Amino acid sequence: MAVKTILPFGPQHPVLPEPIQLRITLEDENIGQVLPALGYVHRGIEKAGENNDYPLNVFLVERICGICSATHGLAYCLAVERLLGIEPPPRANYLRVVWAELHRLHSHLLWWGLLADAFGFESLFMQIWRVREMVMDVLEKTAGNRVIISVNAIGGVRRDLSEEQISEMLHTLEECEKQLYALLPVMLNDYTVKKRTAGKGVLTSEQALRLGVVGPTLRASGVAQDLRMTGYAAYGELGFEPIVEQGGDCYARAVVRARECFQTIELVRRALQQLPDGDILTKPRGNPNGKAIVRVEAPRGELMYFVVGNGTKNLERMRVRTPTLANVPALLEMLPGAEFADIPVITLSIDPCISCTER
Amino acid sequence: MKLIDRARMKSPWVLHYNSGSCNGCDIEIFACMTPMYDLERFGIVNVGNPKHADVLLVTGPVTYRGARVLRNLYEQMPSPKAVVAVGTCACSGGVFRNCYNCIGGVDKVIPVDVYVPGCAAKPEAIIEGVLMAVERMSEHTPLKRGK
Repeated sequence: MAVKTILPFGPQHPVLPEPIQLRITLEDENIGQVLPALGYVHRGIEKAGENNDYPLNVFLVERICGICSATHGLAYCLAVERLLGIEPPPRANYLRVVWAELHRLHSHLLWWGLLADAFGFESLFMQIWRVREMVMDVLEKTAGNRVIISVNAIGGVRRDLSEEQISEMLHTLEECEKQLYALLPVMLNDYTVKKRTAGKGVLTSEQALRLGVVGPTLRASGVAQDLRMTGYAAYGELGFEPIVEQGGDCYARAVVRARECFQTIELVRRALQQLPDGDILTKPRGNPNGKAIVRVEAPRGELMYFVVGNGTKNLERMRVRTPTLANVPALLEMLPGAEFADIPVITLSIDPCISCTER
Repeated sequence: MKLIDRARMKSPWVLHYNSGSCNGCDIEIFACMTPMYDLERFGIVNVGNPKHADVLLVTGPVTYRGARVLRNLYEQMPSPKAVVAVGTCACSGGVFRNCYNCIGGVDKVIPVDVYVPGCAAKPEAIIEGVLMAVERMSEHTPLKRGK
């Protein structure tokens, strides 16, 4: 007879950098029901966003999530710009793409490292994080900080790139790409990686669409949906094509993110080559009034900002919908039936970001 | 006893807990473990079990729900132990100071030995903080007290 155990996974667990609790019912080694318990990192940022002045909120929303902070700042600025009716200069749009894509690159590399760590492939973890440090150096040199770079401002960007910085950035990215190519055979074809990810946590495209999954998790299930296709900032002019895989398992999700790393490098390169001259900031005037919804593609998927202005310095309401919230239901469908040892890999495969989700 | 103390100072094991942080400091703590910064050259190992740990690295402004977990982790760690508050939020609450669900600073919940400011705290600063915590910890032990 199968022995039933209820296992609390988290809130503090070595595989999770963030606290989330999954209450897992085990029948011998197989997973039955999974119940998530959220709320460990809820800080009340949406409410705080109503108390601050609207330009100050940029710094607050960047701290919703440290890993995709550039995307949060970008989405908030786009929303407020729409309320104010201002258009950032073209150069600012391109620079926004450059920094947002560099953030995506470091986020995907970070995820790959954590994945390798989750199934005990320590050396791959170290190798990937060594490549990631090059991206962090580029961010620090151009934006002044490693993680939270705070480049977006309402009406444009805060910092410009000089010719030297551009050539140095291109050079570092080339080196980064070369090292990633050297690691790629291990990342995609290694026996350990395949054994632990292929066929685990399968999500079909019907399931993905029904559950409203977003981001690389959705694209790995064969659905070509990426908000960069809508062409916000300068994406419309860079010839963006989404990356799609058909497998729907953890391996397909890993492949999507690996391929997106190279795509990201290519996008940064194109943006820097086509970088127009001119101003980087349109001065915002007046106070925001009305409602605006903005959707952008964060490294983990669709990120939505809804802001309501009332003609004063403070916003009436700021609502954020983050990608992980949309992906947790998929996780709860992937886990039942899987084996106990696969919990870390399947949980990581949606790239959970709890501080985004709970704010 | 002396041997154990000496061994502990040469190889402090760290436990990391995120009590409401934005992930920025957490990924910098991870970065400390990787080849560029390599905390392990000081004998520092990242562990998942509070009963094995000597140094607790806490990030984030401490949410009301996270406070209970944080206190539990601290109490489960065997003495001597040290706490390092990593990042501006952990030191004082930072940008989240006025958020309704934040207590604001790790020292409101458990005693803190070393404060590492920065948003996000840089890996160099975190390494420095852990080493200072180890130094402080050694002052509390019988090994040094006897001298």
